[in-house]
Amino acid sequence: MKATQLPPELRVPVITTYDEAVLDRIGNTPLLKIKNIVKDLGNKDIEIYAKAEWTNPAGSVKARPALRMVRDGLASGAFKRGMELIDSTSGNTGVAYALIGRILGFKVNLVLPSNVCKARKGIMAKQFKANLILSDPMEQSDGAIKLCRKLYQENRDKYFLPDQYNNPSNWMAHRDTTAREIFEQTKGRVTHFFAGIGTSGTLMGTSRGLKALNSGVKSYAVEPAESLHGIEGLKHMESSIVPGIYDISVYDEKISVTTDEAYHMVSRIEDEEGLLVGTSSGAALVGAMKLAARIDKGVLVVIFPDSCEECVVAHGEF
Amino acid sequence: MAVNVRIPTPLQKLTGGKGDVTASGGNVKEVIDHLEKNYPGFKEKLYSEDGELRRFINIYINEEDIRFIDSDGSQVKDGDTISIIPAIAGGSGKIQK
Ligand SMILES: Cc1ncc(COP(=O)(O)O)c(C=O)c1O
Repeated sequence: MKATQLPPELRVPVITTYDEAVLDRIGNTPLLKIKNIVKDLGNKDIEIYAKAEWTNPAGSVKARPALRMVRDGLASGAFKRGMELIDSTSGNTGVAYALIGRILGFKVNLVLPSNVCKARKGIMAKQFKANLILSDPMEQSDGAIKLCRKLYQENRDKYFLPDQYNNPSNWMAHRDTTAREIFEQTKGRVTHFFAGIGTSGTLMGTSRGLKALNSGVKSYAVEPAESLHGIEGLKHMESSIVPGIYDISVYDEKISVTTDEAYHMVSRIEDEEGLLVGTSSGAALVGAMKLAARIDKGVLVVIFPDSCEECVVAHGEF
Repeated sequence: MAVNVRIPTPLQKLTGGKGDVTASGGNVKEVIDHLEKNYPGFKEKLYSEDGELRRFINIYINEEDIRFIDSDGSQVKDGDTISIIPAIAGGSGKIQK
């Protein structure tokens, strides 16, 4: 299975013109049925669906919050004409900011650990013209957060700092779009929702939105089991700077997933479902399968945040 | 051989918060064994159950990725710096300055 064999609507969109119509294509991603891996569950009355977020312009779920944070910043006056955007990111949010900046015409500065993959840095810097500021890889994403804060403090008038870890617009994007889409696409049948936690915006916003539409929906945080892990995009909260928007009262339960479980599931998703997804998608599905083993019926929805077309060759072997 | 080892933040719990520690050994594996003695639990973070270095862990001797030398059999010299760098976002496999 190669990404090139996927139908165009299931691939990362190729952006050739930078006009605002591109931004209108953010959201309304397909909801795909997991057809084969669910057979592990036997005859249970369980359906599992995955939200194909890599089909957003900029290739990931982060296009939604990035756009919302920029628009809310412009509307509130925090982001004024002539200012530049700066934020810390380990990749996907940066690609999204870079695309949006290129379209709306502002400069984007991204602080990221220097070992973020070359393909992704190439998209941000070369294709979308963002300025990359590299932080110490030993400190992981927390090092980028700290360096970004420092640069911002030194030059507050120059920069708009969306601060995705502490900005409510991050989760609101998901409450107002992702949640509503899932509810509509399942015709209101969704019973359980799963998302990995990085900034936790996806989990916070989608959980709040779904529970407002149906208070019976349960939601689950999928977290790396180990502090030292290879699940790109996710945070082990206990050993990291905890995001300001993270609120444990919003979800029902946390499910831990090891890196090896996530890698293994990424391979199964490729072999059995014909999709090339990133490691955090594998982790989310492992989380859903663990919960599914404990229940008898349900309509489960998991977020697949990105694909591995661009970045991870052979799932983590670089 | 005494070497300096740079410890990534997620492993500093084991080293009492230290980001740089010294260790000795003739190759990377011996250095890690020595670290395991001083900081029990260290080794299992880096190796999978089948004894392979985990694939999202990148180890460098000075600027060289040990995958391109002799993996954990790569020899170390007095004064070398060994960096243990977990991959993020795919990891570029290179330390960039
Ligand atoms: C690949 C990937 N998965 C999951 C997430 C987590 O999403 P969130 O930040 O909404 O918690 C991210 C966020 O950066 C990501 O890049």
